[in-house]
This record gives sequence, structure tokens and C-alpha cells, in this order.
Amino acid sequence: MSWWPEGELQKMRSASPTSGQPSGDTTMSANATNEHPVYNYAVVRQFTIMTVVWGIVGMLVGVLIAAQLAFPQLNFSIGDLHLHFGRLRPLHTNAVIFAFGGCALFACSLYVVQRTCQARLISDALASFVFWGWQLVILLAAVTLPMGYTSGKEYAELEWPIDILIAVVWVAYAVLFFGTIMKRRTSHIYVANWFFGAFIITVAVLHIVNSLAVPVSLTKSYSIYAGAIDAMVQWWYGHNAVGFFLTAGFLGIMYYFVPKQAERPVYSYRLSIVHFWALIAVYMWAGPHHLHYSALPDWAQSLGMVMSLVLLAPSWGGMINGIMTLSGAWHKLRSDPTLRFLVVSLSFYGMSTFEGPMMSIKTVNALSHNTDWTIGHVHSGALGWVAMVSIGAMYHLIPVLWNRRQMFSVPAINLHFWLSTIGTVLYIASMWVNGIMQGLMWRAYNNDGTLTYTFVESVQASYPGYIVRLLGGAMFFSGMLVMAWNTWKTVSPGVAPERALQTQPA
Amino acid sequence: MSQGDWMGIATLLAFLALCGIGVWTFSASRKARFEEAAQLPFADEPGHSPQREIER
Repeated sequence: MSWWPEGELQKMRSASPTSGQPSGDTTMSANATNEHPVYNYAVVRQFTIMTVVWGIVGMLVGVLIAAQLAFPQLNFSIGDLHLHFGRLRPLHTNAVIFAFGGCALFACSLYVVQRTCQARLISDALASFVFWGWQLVILLAAVTLPMGYTSGKEYAELEWPIDILIAVVWVAYAVLFFGTIMKRRTSHIYVANWFFGAFIITVAVLHIVNSLAVPVSLTKSYSIYAGAIDAMVQWWYGHNAVGFFLTAGFLGIMYYFVPKQAERPVYSYRLSIVHFWALIAVYMWAGPHHLHYSALPDWAQSLGMVMSLVLLAPSWGGMINGIMTLSGAWHKLRSDPTLRFLVVSLSFYGMSTFEGPMMSIKTVNALSHNTDWTIGHVHSGALGWVAMVSIGAMYHLIPVLWNRRQMFSVPAINLHFWLSTIGTVLYIASMWVNGIMQGLMWRAYNNDGTLTYTFVESVQASYPGYIVRLLGGAMFFSGMLVMAWNTWKTVSPGVAPERALQTQPA
Repeated sequence: MSQGDWMGIATLLAFLALCGIGVWTFSASRKARFEEAAQLPFADEPGHSPQREIER
């Protein structure tokens, strides 16, 4: 009856669980009512743990550089190693986006694709290669960025040898993911996998095109593009990194984990299909809004602005679809902090996808560009949406992967939720105030045409905001420490109660 | 025709394709199929009734 050769099944069963630990795999073995293969949870567990680890590292660097902006004395050097804001800022962005966010995406996509396709990953070796390859990329980034090796492209700072390694790991990931989809047992490909698939393909295209460069040595290269074209390629990459890495990928997480945690199917599956295609069709065009009032041709700026405004529709369609999944089950929010993480992340997603199109309007951008408002907007998306949806998904995943009834401490999840929410609100509110104030101060001039304020006066006026931002960031970071403790307790053998075994065939 | 005309036509076609997806998705005949697809996250759980599962 089984579609999977029995010998192969046995081999996988014995190969996958970590020794000495009760494994989720045993729960998942075939039973009378519902047969499916034993999933590869080993790689999902690895990526899950590293999500927590890199979250802590990346956010710690974030707190440090926030402190450096408030207290410039904290910019220091150890010998030739300069740990200044300029060196650490790319380390922070790379660590939180590609290490923390990346590991969350790998963990969730490789979990969801197996469970919704009812198929094991096509190759355990390839899965290990993707995990270790990605960790190597992160380590190389952590070493080279503080040393000052950079190609100077935002969110694509890594030098060409690391870029090649990323491309190789990414292609392996694509083979692993799409190979698993190809041997699925279900006829339909669940919508979450469409989002993950779009994320994987698009990030490959973006990374390869934007990283094309002429190497002059092992550690230095120059982009093959020049001038305004280089800027446009960079922000075509940069905005779509937001659109496909930080949005499409995490929407894939949303479309699986929100229904799963709420124990009800998504509000409208048909809306999710229109959501997918609309998002894919529109996001690609929004990049030029990063280059308003620059050397980029004016028509391209206006096109970028219009497409950014259109983008509000698919973004909100997806947000409403996610939140409405809870209709009729709102009471679950009262008792389930994991679900609260997922739903509040959608609220922040809605907020930042309203703010984004608004800031892309050229007249608004004339005020907001280069101010702290942009930083606030990014973090409303990065902390409120990306990090909180990942954290919610991790709190759902960890008990399943380690075969526990639930996380070791549910009150600790609740504590983490409030630290994250209040931290995010403090962060973005302080940056709104700072950003609008800076924009107004920079554009103010006197009757005789001279500027009312010097630049340094606007920096001085920003000081209270930097303190509040540091406080908010530190709160968000401390929530991650609570998560690490809770994860440690849940994963440790014999501490948290196990899930009742459902292995015996009826 | 100039390059701009072709780009306009291409944009129009992309827009029509998107409208087509909308009509296709929301046509009444596909309602049941998509409602079944929405159950996929639950389909591999032990308690899930096999009839709801979509087998290839």
C-alpha cells in the first residue's frame, strides 16, 4: 500500500533521529489512517536552533550600534580591527536578515514543503550541505565585514568569493526544495510553497545579477555596472530583497503557521492565489523609490512610486487573509501567546506596507529621505513583521520537532511577546519623531535664504530619540534571551513533558 | 512600432493575465477544489480523515 519502498523507509527511520533524544520523527511514522514518509526533521532542527542563535547575535550587534549612535565614545578599535558604526552596521543587517531571517526561512520552508507535500526531502546529504554551507557564509560575513572587506552595495556587501558560495548553496537549496515538490504525494501544491518557491527563484536571480563584478584581488571587486544603472540594479536588488526575501518567504511562513496554530484553514484560499500573483507581478517594479530625486531618470522614479502605491493592494489582501483566518476563533488570542506573535506580526505587516507606499510618494519622500523615518519604517517591518512571525513559527515548531507537548514555559512566551511588542513600538515611534523632526529641520530656511539649522543641530536634537530607540532595541533583544532559555529548557532531554506518542497503528 | 509601444502592449498583456487569474480563481466551479486545498496543512495529521486528502 505504501508508495515508498519499505527498505528505504526503514533506512530513513534509523538514520534521522538524533541519538538519545525522543524524536518528532517517530510520531510522524506511518499509521493506519494516514500514511506518509518519515520526514527529515534533522535539518529543520539545525536551522531552528541557529535561528535563535543568530537572532541573538544579530540583535546584539544592533543594540551595540544603536548605543554607538547615542554615545559616540562606544565607537572603538582593537588594534587594526575597527568596530565602528560603519563597519558594524553591515554586520548587523547581514546577521539579522540573512543569518536570523535566513535560518528561519530555511527551517520553515524545509518543514512546510515536507508536511504539505507529504514527502521527505529528496536528499539528506544535500540538506546538510545547505545547512553547513549557509553557516559558512554567515561566518565568513562575520569575519570579513568588520575587517572592512565590502563591495559597498547595501544588503549585498559580501565580496565575490562569498557571493559565489552563496550562489552555490542557494542552487542546492532550490534543487532540494523543488525536487521535494516534484515527488509530492498531494496533487495540489499548497500556497505556502508557492511563496517559498517564488522567494527561492527570485533571490537567486537578484543575487546573481546584482553581484556581477570584476575581481581585482581575492578581497576586492568592482561592479560591472556604472553610474545610474549601477544604482538602479542595486535597488532593483535591494527592494526585491525586501519583497521576496523578507516578504514572500515570510508570507509562506504565515500561510502555513497561522492556519496551523489557529487550527483552522486560511480565511480564503482563493484570495491567497490572487494575493500571490498580484504580489509577484507588482513587487519587481517598486525599486526606483529608493532613488527619488537622484540621477535616475524622472520617469523611472515616478514609475517606481506608482507601482509602490499599487503594492498596497496585494499587501493588504494578504494581511487581511491572515488575520481573518482567526475569525470565529479570536478567543484563542487570549490564551495562546504563540498565536499572538503570529497575528500581531500581521498587524505590523499591515502598518509597514501602508507606510511604505506612503513614503514612496515623491512629496512625502522629499521629507523622509535620508532621515531616521526610513530606519523606523524598516524596523517596523523587520522587528514587527519578519522577526515576530519567525518567532511565532519557531514557538510552534520547537515542540513539534523535539516531540514536546508545548514549550517548556508558556508564560515565558507571553513575556517574550510583550518585550517584542513594546520594544518595536518604542523603536518605531522614536524614529518617526526623529525622522520628521530631521526632515523639517533640514528643509527650514530663513527669509534671506540661509538654512535655519546646521546639520549638527539636527543630530543634537535627535539624541533623545536615539536613547528611546536603544531602549526599545534592548527590550526586543532581551526577549530573544528569554526565548533562548525557553528553547534550551524545551529541547533538553527529560525537562519538558513529551507529546503523547501516536506511533502505534490502530 | 517603437520600443515604447511594445512595452505598453506587454504591460497591458501582463495586466490582462492578472485579471484572468482573478476570474479563473474565483469561478464557481473551482470553489470546492480550493477549499480542499486549504486543508493541506492538516492533511498529514493522524486524525485527519483520508477522504479530505488529495491523492495524486
